[in-house]
Amino acid sequence: MRELNYANAIKEATDFCLEVDQSVLVIGLGVPDPKGIFGTTTGLQDKYGADRVMDMPIAENGMTGIVIGTSLNGYRPILTHQRVEFALLSIEQIVDQAAKWFYMNAGQQNVPIVIRLIIGRGWGQGAQHSQSLESWFAHIPGLKVVMPSNAYDAKGLLISSVEDNNPVIFIEHRWLHNTIDYVPVDGYRIPIGQAKVVREGKDVTIIAHSYMVLESIRCAEVLASQGISVEVVDLRSIRPLDTETILHSVSKTLRVVVADNGWVKFGVSAEIISVITEIIFDKLLSAPVRIGMNDSPSPSTRALTNNFYPRADNIAKIISEMMGKDLDMSVLFPKSSIPLDVPDPSFTGPF
Amino acid sequence: MNSTSQELYFAMLRIRMVEEKIAELYSEQEMRCPVHLSIGQEAVAVGVCDHLEREDIIMSAHRAHAHYLAKGGDLKSMLAELYGKETGCAMGKGGSMHLVDLNSGFFAAVPIVGSTIPIAVGVAWAFKLKKSSNIVTVFLGDGATEAGVFFESLDFASLKNVPILFVCENNLYSVYSQLDVRQAPGRKLSALAESHGIKSFTGDGNNIDQVSELSKEAIEYIKSNNAPAFMELDTFRWLEHCGPNGDDDLGYRKKGELDYWITRDPISSYKARMIKTHQLTDQQIIKKTEVISTEIDEAFKFAKESPFPDQSVLNQHIYKD
Repeated sequence: MRELNYANAIKEATDFCLEVDQSVLVIGLGVPDPKGIFGTTTGLQDKYGADRVMDMPIAENGMTGIVIGTSLNGYRPILTHQRVEFALLSIEQIVDQAAKWFYMNAGQQNVPIVIRLIIGRGWGQGAQHSQSLESWFAHIPGLKVVMPSNAYDAKGLLISSVEDNNPVIFIEHRWLHNTIDYVPVDGYRIPIGQAKVVREGKDVTIIAHSYMVLESIRCAEVLASQGISVEVVDLRSIRPLDTETILHSVSKTLRVVVADNGWVKFGVSAEIISVITEIIFDKLLSAPVRIGMNDSPSPSTRALTNNFYPRADNIAKIISEMMGKDLDMSVLFPKSSIPLDVPDPSFTGPF
Repeated sequence: MNSTSQELYFAMLRIRMVEEKIAELYSEQEMRCPVHLSIGQEAVAVGVCDHLEREDIIMSAHRAHAHYLAKGGDLKSMLAELYGKETGCAMGKGGSMHLVDLNSGFFAAVPIVGSTIPIAVGVAWAFKLKKSSNIVTVFLGDGATEAGVFFESLDFASLKNVPILFVCENNLYSVYSQLDVRQAPGRKLSALAESHGIKSFTGDGNNIDQVSELSKEAIEYIKSNNAPAFMELDTFRWLEHCGPNGDDDLGYRKKGELDYWITRDPISSYKARMIKTHQLTDQQIIKKTEVISTEIDEAFKFAKESPFPDQSVLNQHIYKD
């Protein structure tokens, strides 16, 4: 199999959908520009024309309504925003209209749209370029929320999202765009709503989504050297939530940490822990713990964000305590020469 | 114009009679959803829809009954929806504020002011992309012209030459707030469309001949120029913003304003003209009124006697497979 990065996997999925289905449209601010939404849309307008792949006015709410309208009249649009925060301007159309349309008309008209949103961390993103608001969308019946953590899943889940008959919020983490995975050249589908055990273990389960899956795997690798066997569940979809896989894993390990990508209060981790405690509370060997962003807006300076975003060592510390061990995190996670505000040394900004 | 003058008159009368019956029976507490009645504004709905094809799409907002009926929406389904019955146009899931009748081209109405405007633009843009000759009409009130999506929709419709007719019913009030506390006085609403390069038409929304003439002109303009058009039609809501009663006693409207607009009733003024010019006789009116009355009685009977939806419907239609 061939290696491909996440951004190109998104582009290949989009290309595939445009190729096989004439009703697919791609609309977003900057879609045809030289940078092409972090390289996820470059070249597509040349290939499919400006009637199908296009730029748009900075009018997020109106444009969301417009893509809903096209979906009622035969099209399957993909709308993109370069940060989740821009979608906040369109919450009315997403929550009141797209999510409820099919229900309000008792199944006569559905809204097959995909809204691609990008979230980020580090590099001084600040309060309005760093939020992870998946729980807002996941709260709403009628929406699906998909958050792939790797290039393989990204391609298969985006194709499934475009082919889905419902509004799908597809959230990509900026720090995943450069990650590489084996990705088949042909189109393939990964069902929405299926979590995946990405690392097997027996002592404790970490449940994570999006970028936090990577931190969780790093944590699991380090703890393995200390004799702690960690299982990592990648949610892949937030709604529908694969409670079966979650409960299956936790029923085995009997200990769970949820590594949230956003704030923990009223968030994804709160929901997951509720599900676990409602159903298998009496089996658990220790109280479930959640970890996420610091309960404040994100500051810009790296001096403060080092203690804002959760990382592998923070998760490992929780697990160490949960397992009754006294592991020294400064030894297990020696200070890296790579600054904490970039995903890898190749990242030099600007956003 | 597709209909005769007589047909236009009776179309308006039918909508008036339906809504008067809703108002009359609302106190029975069986129509348990908010209703926004169009009484006094029927000429806009009838005059515009008369120039639309069945395949043309319309969308509306909270005050949607007249648009729905004028486009050919099924009366029984509408009333059953108000009664929350299984036979309603949305199986009771929508109520008065979410009417739908795809067979007649009535796509949707929603009560969030302005929200159907961009959706309608999207439907119309899809017609253009598909190279269809159909158009979309979206009915909006003066209040909607203050919403951000209104401007966003005008910009996009103009940018992409979308075949859409924006029909603004300016009834001067948004709930209890008059236009001049919401927008700079002296500037026509149509100027907002013109500033986006959209051809605009203004007229008397209570004069069906004028509405009809302007609609014809606007629709011809859309089709021959492949461009959007905007109509601003002055009219007036007689009853309370939401509900079956009058509310002039609250004093939010100028004294005598309602009385003035009642003298400009689109239906009785048209009737007087028709009788004077011998296009209609009292006899014809009595006869046709009986027919309409019977139809309405039957539709209410149907709605009342229809069953409520089964409990399983609660969890249906959340996601489409």
